[in-house]
Amino acid sequence: MFFIDPHIHMVSRTTADYEMLALSGVVAVSEPAFWAGFDRSPAGFVDYFRQLTEFEPVRAAQFGIDHYCWICLNPKEAEDLGKAREVLAEMPRFLDQPNVLGIGEIGLNKNTANEVKVFQQHVQMAIDAARRQTAGASPAMRHALILIHTPHLQDKLKGTRLILEMLKDFGNAIDPGRVLIDHVEEHTIGLVKEAGYWAGMTIYPISKATPQRAVDMMEMYGPERLCVNAAADWGVSDPLNTHRTMQEARRRGHPLPVLLDVFYNNPARFFGQNPRFKPKPMRMATL
Amino acid sequence: MAATITHPRPASETLDIYFLEMRAKLLEIGATLDRIDRSARPEEVVADPRLAFIREALAVLQSAGPERARRIEELYSLQ
Repeated sequence: MFFIDPHIHMVSRTTADYEMLALSGVVAVSEPAFWAGFDRSPAGFVDYFRQLTEFEPVRAAQFGIDHYCWICLNPKEAEDLGKAREVLAEMPRFLDQPNVLGIGEIGLNKNTANEVKVFQQHVQMAIDAARRQTAGASPAMRHALILIHTPHLQDKLKGTRLILEMLKDFGNAIDPGRVLIDHVEEHTIGLVKEAGYWAGMTIYPISKATPQRAVDMMEMYGPERLCVNAAADWGVSDPLNTHRTMQEARRRGHPLPVLLDVFYNNPARFFGQNPRFKPKPMRMATL
Repeated sequence: MAATITHPRPASETLDIYFLEMRAKLLEIGATLDRIDRSARPEEVVADPRLAFIREALAVLQSAGPERARRIEELYSLQ
């Protein structure tokens, strides 16, 4: 079984994790830009974006894994509007790098007014990026791909509603099929999928979803436009939780083609809307 | 809404598979509530909204389905 890990913060992980991912069938990883555990200076972001676009792909390639990433100022640091302005000014040149899939993980943390402003600026940048690249892009491409973080715990429901409202305010400039809204749980997955967006489920040891609940959601809301990730980072997390979710689905008796769709083909379909993403959806010839 | 997919196993098998896991999780909640009671100054948390949430969530578990998990998530959400 092959996997694409749609959301993992490899800058926080060891080379042993790369080897483990490779041994367990992972052929590509997608790494959103995120909070480092401490607030950085604008210069620190430039260094971070260089790490994501220059060094991390080389490290992944040592294990035969394709490394892709996303660029943004994470919502936790969006409270400082001055810093946000400086970081956003640096972003366009990185969006042109060959392993960058789009803008993310943008979103909300505590649902504040400043977070809202910076979220809207990022979405506008995604729209502007597509206009800038129109020559090489499909005419149907209204904006760069967008990956969205939804808030934690008690802020998630309100934040998810707010994000959906803001995206709606952009009208036809936003194509829901080019936006993945991540960290959905039972109370938000329906909102996201009904609005036509891709949904990501994150499997964490304590917060977010467990493998069992994730497979329940897959059954209740359908496997279409659904991705599973472990969002492994510098905190308590486990890159193999994606695999444990596949194992839980397998234990219940779900057929392998459905699992291939959720754990490989769905990420390939969503990311593949950017021609930089190389893995293509595959079919199982025999079961 | 996209098509759902049926849980492939009959209810009796699902219960067989998950019964001990559910029992273990219930015991863990009971033991943790006992641990809080045995801690110093338990009166300080009597009115803590987190314990109220636990009580309300347990009431959801006692209610009829569907979507108990979603309802518990909503209980713990700021509006």
